[in-house]
Amino acid sequence: MTSLAAGARVATADPGAHLVAKARWRWPEFLLWLFAIALIWLAPSRYLLFNEIAILALLALSIDLVLGFSGIVTLGQGAFYGLGAYTAGLMAKHGIGTFPWSDPLLGLLGAGLVAGFVGFLSSFLVLRGSDLTRLMVTLGVALIVQELGNKLDWITGGADGLQGVMPAPLLGLFDFDIFGRTAYLYSLSVLFVLFLLARALVNSPSGLSLRAIKGNVIRARAIGIPVERRLVVIYTIGAAYAGIAGALLAQTTQFVSLDVLSFEKSADALLIVVFGGVGTLYGALVGSIAFKAMYDVLASATPEYWSFWLGLALVLLVLFARGGIIGLLTALRDRLDRARSARA
Amino acid sequence: MAAVLETKALHKNFGGLTATNNVTFALPAGARHALIGPNGAGKTTFVNLLSGVLTPTSGTVYLDGTDVTRWPAHRRADAGLARTFQINQLFADFTPLETIVLAISQAKGLATRFLRPVGTDAGVVSAAADLLQRLTLADVMHARVGSLPYGKQRLLEIAIAIASEPKVLLLDEPAAGVPESEREQILDVVAALPGEMALVLIEHDMDLVFRFAKSLTVLVNGGVLVEGSPGEIVNDPRVRQVYLGELHVEGFSQPHAGGALG
Repeated sequence: MTSLAAGARVATADPGAHLVAKARWRWPEFLLWLFAIALIWLAPSRYLLFNEIAILALLALSIDLVLGFSGIVTLGQGAFYGLGAYTAGLMAKHGIGTFPWSDPLLGLLGAGLVAGFVGFLSSFLVLRGSDLTRLMVTLGVALIVQELGNKLDWITGGADGLQGVMPAPLLGLFDFDIFGRTAYLYSLSVLFVLFLLARALVNSPSGLSLRAIKGNVIRARAIGIPVERRLVVIYTIGAAYAGIAGALLAQTTQFVSLDVLSFEKSADALLIVVFGGVGTLYGALVGSIAFKAMYDVLASATPEYWSFWLGLALVLLVLFARGGIIGLLTALRDRLDRARSARA
Repeated sequence: MAAVLETKALHKNFGGLTATNNVTFALPAGARHALIGPNGAGKTTFVNLLSGVLTPTSGTVYLDGTDVTRWPAHRRADAGLARTFQINQLFADFTPLETIVLAISQAKGLATRFLRPVGTDAGVVSAAADLLQRLTLADVMHARVGSLPYGKQRLLEIAIAIASEPKVLLLDEPAAGVPESEREQILDVVAALPGEMALVLIEHDMDLVFRFAKSLTVLVNGGVLVEGSPGEIVNDPRVRQVYLGELHVEGFSQPHAGGALG
């Protein structure tokens, strides 16, 4: 964001340019993605960790679309994540034909479709009611899916997990190696493409109408926005995103455990969005990095106190930095901007 | 003239309470109509029934001759029925420009676009900027709505309603809570609204009512007490009866209103 004075000058000249400028890429964004790419050479021994972060970031991104931009509180995103994981896992395990039909990308598509479809059906349950109702309904759906995953063990492998997930080489060229190099590149690419789509969506008129619904549903209706229809669409998209994240996990770790459907998974992902900054998109990415880094450091130093540190960080953040990490960074930048314009 | 907004025998009960009682009402195109009545007369309930925020217990609402009784609020809005709210209903985190751009995009069926950023449609942006200019909001078009002074927010509440160029505009106490110094500005904006737009003003302030309205409906206990021109209303003994003892009595002694009560 430009300083107020500069903003006013642009404003009178060309209000459209001022609006479009909000969607422009800024240097920290480039920096973050370049850093993610640079990691390929900087830390080859940690591919598996980076891969996990990229997948978690995509799951968190799906929550930010639903919660941050549309105001639907959800504790059940894990259901779609798990559905996607099992769909892609089963597709890779049983195989459908040969290349190109066996390509992992089709697994992603299948996972996105299945999770999106279930998301579409369950979206009608979250249209009505308060935040608490939505929290309970999404949690309830997740619990149902989790129990189905457990009981349908002839399909899912039940508590033993889905074994023998052998994805074909990506694009017929790249095998999933044990170091996770293909895995990380693959997950990062998928995350990047879906992030670009999400970024375009939230900056578009559609995104504006979703934020309007979140901001004031009475006014949104009064200007003619079909609130229910928009919420169904975004909830479905969010579910498909989560499903694709799950598919990445199944394909790159070549295993699906019941944990993907667990309450903890949904709760962690929600936490990550809050950590990173709700309704910012980048909060999902930065939050995932912070969460995993914290886990990596703290849980290896004092494994028995991991929950303690997590809880402490959460309390501090909610008390002192409601906007999360992105909120802190934005506040810092604004302060620097003001200091600079004061000097000028 | 054909009625652009009409109700037939409209009823609304909340439990045992009748908030709207057998209201039959017709609003011609381009009308300047005021809806008055003492506190608790059911004015806001009636407006909510018209705009689709509430569904009536029985009776019918017609918009441009179409039965819209079961239509949700957003469909009525798309069909040309706009409203302001007594308590501001704005998007606090938007700028006024974003607010109006959204309202115009929605009215033009462009709000489902999802790949190009907001602001790339030059037609929408310039229409929004023009509207903000007319409503003296141009200098704050990039400010955060939530941080605007109350009077400016009140103007934006009108701007967002007329952005879609509606056929009917329901103004629910547009000047409520606005400091005296900024009232004139709101009245000017209301007076300058396009003549073909049918207006319904819900108001307590008799000064405003008599400056603005060519016709009035007086609601009492949810039902229509009397309808007529300002002169007829002022001289109606039943209206006097109802308003006696009310704080608004003094409004009835407006010189240009053609009657005196005191």
